[in-house]
Amino acid sequence: MEQIQIPPVDLAVVAPLITVVGWAIVLLLVDVFFVPAGQKRITGYLGIAGLVMAGAVAAPLWGSDSSTFGGMLVLDNFALALTWIFLLIGAISMVIALDYLPRQGIEQGEFYPLIMFAVSAMMLLGQSANLIVMFLGIELLSITLYILTGFAYPRLSSEEAAMKYLLLGAFAAGFFVYGIALIYGQTGTVQLFSTAPGQESLAEYLGRQTFAAVDLTLLLVGSGLVLVAFGFKVALVPFHMWTPDVYEGAPTPVTAFMSVGTKGAALAALLRLLDMALPSLQPIWLPVLATLAAVTMLLGNLGAIAQSNVKRMLAYSSIGHAGYLLLGVMTVSERGVQGFLFYLLAYSLTNLGAFAVLIALEQRGEAAWSLDDFAGLWQRQPFLALAMAVFMLSLAGVPPTAGFVGKFYVFMAAWEGGLGWLALVGMLTSAIAAFFYLRVIARMFMQEPVRDVQPQLFRGLTLGISIAAAGTLIFGILPTLLINVVQQTALAVGR
Amino acid sequence: MTDAVPLSWVLGLSGALFCIGLFAALARRNLVGVLMGVELMLNAAIINMVAFWRYLEPRFITGQNFAIFIIAVAAAEAAVGLAMIIAIYRNWQTVKADEVDSLKG
Repeated sequence: MEQIQIPPVDLAVVAPLITVVGWAIVLLLVDVFFVPAGQKRITGYLGIAGLVMAGAVAAPLWGSDSSTFGGMLVLDNFALALTWIFLLIGAISMVIALDYLPRQGIEQGEFYPLIMFAVSAMMLLGQSANLIVMFLGIELLSITLYILTGFAYPRLSSEEAAMKYLLLGAFAAGFFVYGIALIYGQTGTVQLFSTAPGQESLAEYLGRQTFAAVDLTLLLVGSGLVLVAFGFKVALVPFHMWTPDVYEGAPTPVTAFMSVGTKGAALAALLRLLDMALPSLQPIWLPVLATLAAVTMLLGNLGAIAQSNVKRMLAYSSIGHAGYLLLGVMTVSERGVQGFLFYLLAYSLTNLGAFAVLIALEQRGEAAWSLDDFAGLWQRQPFLALAMAVFMLSLAGVPPTAGFVGKFYVFMAAWEGGLGWLALVGMLTSAIAAFFYLRVIARMFMQEPVRDVQPQLFRGLTLGISIAAAGTLIFGILPTLLINVVQQTALAVGR
Repeated sequence: MTDAVPLSWVLGLSGALFCIGLFAALARRNLVGVLMGVELMLNAAIINMVAFWRYLEPRFITGQNFAIFIIAVAAAEAAVGLAMIIAIYRNWQTVKADEVDSLKG
């Protein structure tokens, strides 16, 4: 009997990941045994502390380029940048949930560890160089999000949203594993790219073969199925039907969290798959993805116009933004990767802020999300109105906000990648989108209040909105701060 | 064993299983039925994985490995799914997919 060789494990590569997971597990127990009911915000503070700590643990790793677990997990600047973005998303989501949960009467301590598990799954997706790890990351993320979506039990809409999300998510998982099985059948490996000389991987396999010499049917069908699964997770257009319902039904902090986190993590994994494992197949997948992106941008933004419910409108707009993010993913260039990261951070801050404003308008038992509830907000809560205006302008892509720079970045990447028509579609749809974003601003500043809605601001919420608004403006006015960082994430794409 | 049963038969079986699962997931009205359909789809992938391992790459255990991961994840998903179906039943007194429709627009 041959001994199984366990490869040496480099713990530094997984240090931020271990910090988050370990903290979440301990926090779950601490919450049960030490935090009294009604004081669950203590758990929230501890959770935020854990995320901050993980961010600090990740700091000295900047600049490293290593892998462990037989190359299944990699740590490069791209993964680290994503790690910080996801930690920030998690922390802001927790901050805006601190007051939301007790106000809605759904204060349960496990909310915060669940968010941490989801954050760790996103980090895992950013670091994965192997289809098995990718599958585990997606499933860990999805299962925690199913639970979080249904967190407002027994509110009907929350339960229904969770069920819909679970059924479609599980359905997508079926496609994902079947696709991986087919890819494995063709190539005999599930490793995306070689991290050590002589290691078998998809990139290696495709590098050895020429197109004419080998029949790639299984690999292509498998990649197609994987792409369908990613389409469901990211909510690209033919696979987006669940998004408005789920985003509307889920508790608002969870909606904010998943509208940015899930998209970012799944697209980061897709970026690694396409740009590092399958770049030689780009002539085949590029037309497919370009069409998907164009349709996604168009239908997402057109769908948003018809909505009078602002939460639903933001759900549709997030579909459109997935299309813009996809532009950066598919160009297989350094500019594309940088644009993707910049856009992801800008969009995350903006969208989290916009949903935080919705939370302020949301009262127990009654959701004030219709456009009428925004009328005259300027007179009642100038701070909220100003912040919302910043977020809407950033989502629309108006300077001097981060959203403008992000859009500029990804459009430029698409243009340089020979996808000029797609960049044009992007600009056109941004113009369409400006209509419904500006409509919210017009309501807030130019109309008298229609309904008596008393927006409530708490410390946590104010902090979250301020951070998001400040980030949106700072990165919009001084984008070089961030561009200098993302330029160091030079991912060895297209090798 | 690999001589008696050719690989294509095993792949045919898993393909058929996947399609049955897909049909169940799309056509069943009962939420439990939909969940069972999804499980069938996952099981089809497991058969594929193990078959490819046994016939093509018996030296590396990647296929087996992945099969075990899928089983574990499918169990977790089923646990959450069934819990959610119970929660739905308490609220609506039904587990029919088309009767659970408060969100629209």
